[in-house]
Amino acid sequence: MKEVKTPLIRLAKRADIDKRKAWAIRIGSILVALILGMIPILMAGENPFVSYMIIIQGSLGKAGYIRQTVKRAIPLLGVALAIAPCFKMRFWNIGAEGQITMGAIFASFIAIKLGPSGLPLVVMAILMCIAGALGGAFWGFVPGFFKARYNTNETLFTLMMNYIAIGIVRYLQGGPWEGRPGTQIIPMFTSNARLPNVLGVYCGWIIVLVMVVIVHIYMNYTKQGFEVAVIGDSENTARYAGMNVGWIMMRTMLFSGAICGVVGWMLVSGANGTLNSDVAGGVGFTAITVAWLSQLNSFAMIAIAMLLAIIGKGSATLQTRLNIPASVADIISGTLLFCMLACEFFINYKLIFRHKKEAEV
Amino acid sequence: MNALVLLFAAAGAYGTALMFGTLGEILTEKSGNMNLGVEGIMYMGGIFGLLAPNIYETAVGAGNANHFVAILLAMLSAFAIGGLAGALFSFITVTMRANQNVTGLAMTTFGTGVAKFAGELRRLKVGGYVTLSNDLKFAFDNHFMPQFLKDIPVIGKIFFDQNEFFYMGIILAILMHLFLTKTKTGLYLRAVGESPVTADAAGINITRYKYVATIIGGGISALGGMVYTMTTAGCVWIEASISGTGWLAVALVIFCTWRPLNSIWSSILFGGLMIMYLRIIVPFFPMELYKILPYVVTIVVLVITSMRNIKDKQPPASLGLNYFREDR
Repeated sequence: MKEVKTPLIRLAKRADIDKRKAWAIRIGSILVALILGMIPILMAGENPFVSYMIIIQGSLGKAGYIRQTVKRAIPLLGVALAIAPCFKMRFWNIGAEGQITMGAIFASFIAIKLGPSGLPLVVMAILMCIAGALGGAFWGFVPGFFKARYNTNETLFTLMMNYIAIGIVRYLQGGPWEGRPGTQIIPMFTSNARLPNVLGVYCGWIIVLVMVVIVHIYMNYTKQGFEVAVIGDSENTARYAGMNVGWIMMRTMLFSGAICGVVGWMLVSGANGTLNSDVAGGVGFTAITVAWLSQLNSFAMIAIAMLLAIIGKGSATLQTRLNIPASVADIISGTLLFCMLACEFFINYKLIFRHKKEAEV
Repeated sequence: MNALVLLFAAAGAYGTALMFGTLGEILTEKSGNMNLGVEGIMYMGGIFGLLAPNIYETAVGAGNANHFVAILLAMLSAFAIGGLAGALFSFITVTMRANQNVTGLAMTTFGTGVAKFAGELRRLKVGGYVTLSNDLKFAFDNHFMPQFLKDIPVIGKIFFDQNEFFYMGIILAILMHLFLTKTKTGLYLRAVGESPVTADAAGINITRYKYVATIIGGGISALGGMVYTMTTAGCVWIEASISGTGWLAVALVIFCTWRPLNSIWSSILFGGLMIMYLRIIVPFFPMELYKILPYVVTIVVLVITSMRNIKDKQPPASLGLNYFREDR
């Protein structure tokens, strides 16, 4: 019989890999991405090590810088928590941007209409939070409904909803809610509609940390979280088990949209003090990177959100100090995501080289 | 009526960018790969398409640049970067077996980052806007058809008062249609997208088809970005202006029901919707709300196509799913 030649490299599915090894591979891939991220810096003609030092200095070097970095990380973490259940369900919600904006609009409505009446801060905060959650939930529900009912492509639907929400803010800015005519700016909220600072950063950081725990429990220890996981693995299995897949999708989108809306409220009430069309400012997209890099694990998201906030804030410093365009942050976070996606391959499969196999025989 | 004719005549330029973006994505999706990174790819095509003639013109001196060479360089450079992006996408999804949706989103972040970075670096180097001389600008937006054709009522303005890329796009759409429906390779490609299991059993090299279709598709999409910068944006790199075009192109693929010929009229239609607020004034209606019209229309179209659910207007059956031979 003719002998069949074994290929140089073969693949074998790993039956099981211990968690520590898997995370080691993932952390390794982050390091690879950071090394690859040096390429654009080299192309800009600067020293990558010096540049990375500046990124770290610019984001963590002083107490003030740390506060700004944390301020960037808050919405990233919040939105990553929001989209985690959707992605777990394989529902590609890229409309977080719009859901944040809608939540911000609803919360601002309360601030603008009720703020001047002098209601106490706590009452205002509760009302604005509820309004924000409702706004975001509504904006998330619409694509969820059509996905569940007609299987409408949710990726594009949620994306288009972003442009619409942002368009509505532009309209409000230049129309009904405009402050001084011609400025295209909504005036700052009254002080009873502003979130107080705790340790120098608006108290949103406490809220998102609480949300981390809530989402963790929701995803891992509730029936609803379990249903989401089953749909993500196999929609047919879920149907066969008697789950109402359509309703679960809509419910998850309501949940996800509501969290985004709450983040929108925190942004207008805490970070900015008013509403403008750039309120989401790309957070909805960067949060996808955060969610996926942390493997949809709520606690890992805290670290990853900080990592991306450090890169984002540090790159802004890099631009002012060395004239390296701040968009290097996008390149690095894109590379991070690429490496993370590719490294899952080494977690799921192992490569077997020809000679090694012979040795085994 | 006249306003409508002028609208669609003007829509040709923006529509051409959409047409290339859509055609590239159709080819990619026919192989079963759903590359959501078109936005990033068109961004990169936009800047690299401008950089090549910009560097060429700086090298030979303004006024000495050959029009043909400049256009060719722009196309090659955009196509190359788009092809590289397609190769990267294929490597991560086909070879490394990662999720296509997330890889596409990563491509969008990465591509916009690369484009803005490259544009900003060049801007710092030339010390001002990255742009071309008026002589070359004219070459890129050359409405070369003879005057008597342009003078035909209605049709003349829309179909003959257009630049060279418009006709290239139409020819490409026809060629792609012929390729997909009349050639053996096209049939194989469709088989890979519809049922990789069957195609694999028939001895078709799935990996190769997916790679090649995605690379060429990425290249074509990137040409759309180049067309945008060189015509609609007037050969000037303005970071934010191209934003959203790639996503619209992905939506148009669904609107075209994966048929290249449909991309011709639908991209002009959507090009028209995008600039309608500039051309057709609706009194008492807020401009900012008017501008979101194309996105509302896109949603309506998505919903209607999904509600009707017609059998021969479906995406390739394996779209977005990776193929693992051992999972059969």
